[in-house]
Amino acid sequence: MQLQINERQIGNIVILDLIGKITIGDGSNQLRDAVNNLLEMGQCEIILNFAEAGYIDSSGIGELISRHTTTKNRGGHLKLLALPKKIRDLLAVTKILGVFETFEDEMQAVTSFGILGEVPRVH
Amino acid sequence: MSLAEKLVEISIGSKLELIDVVTLSSDHLCKLAGFDEEEQYRVNLSVRESLANAIEHGNKFADHKMVLIVLRLNDEVFSVTIRDFGEGFDPNQVPNPLDPQNLLNPDGRGILYMRSFMDEVTLIRHAEGGMQVTLVKNRSITVT
Repeated sequence: MQLQINERQIGNIVILDLIGKITIGDGSNQLRDAVNNLLEMGQCEIILNFAEAGYIDSSGIGELISRHTTTKNRGGHLKLLALPKKIRDLLAVTKILGVFETFEDEMQAVTSFGILGEVPRVH
Repeated sequence: MSLAEKLVEISIGSKLELIDVVTLSSDHLCKLAGFDEEEQYRVNLSVRESLANAIEHGNKFADHKMVLIVLRLNDEVFSVTIRDFGEGFDPNQVPNPLDPQNLLNPDGRGILYMRSFMDEVTLIRHAEGGMQVTLVKNRSITVT
């Protein structure tokens, strides 16, 4: 299955739900474009949700690193949610798991940004 | 060739979308080999990495250059040999992705993954040009 990316927003935080494979070619390119589009729009607080992305190759891993660096350079954060064991293992083998903030629980990932006070509230 | 040996030869053009053609065959032979799901995944990823290298870095996406793949399953091993027709390279000159200065480099992890997931990985310059990579996974049961 090729990669499908669905976008959700919680306050100033954007969650990209990744569904399918993140592999060399289309998958990696889609991920790059999706994150770059957000950064271009000034959306720099991003969560990548891997709950339905069970496969990644070295190209996809490289893209994660590139987007992490680009987001950080824009003053933002790129955090990883619900990493499957296989993807976690690939990050660990190449000693880059510690580069990323990772979460199992979506709400914990969201609150980790510490900017929920900026979320529009109904009074 | 042993009576029990299963041999598949595939030739693909230098297009990334053709990688799945090979991994489908590789996956099937892994099942015949009796590999569990984790082993199948590890072989699949290693084959994918090697093919991507052959297409991108070896043949440089050249339309007229093919990638030749030989999949071989016998009583002892499952092996995949992948050959490109590029300029070749010295594997010893590939930067170590685990060196601290390379950790955030987006490229250069494919060979490390192959070596982590397969029992043997051999990279040689082919006598007639290009690189030839052989991936080997040992097995302990008889071909069915």
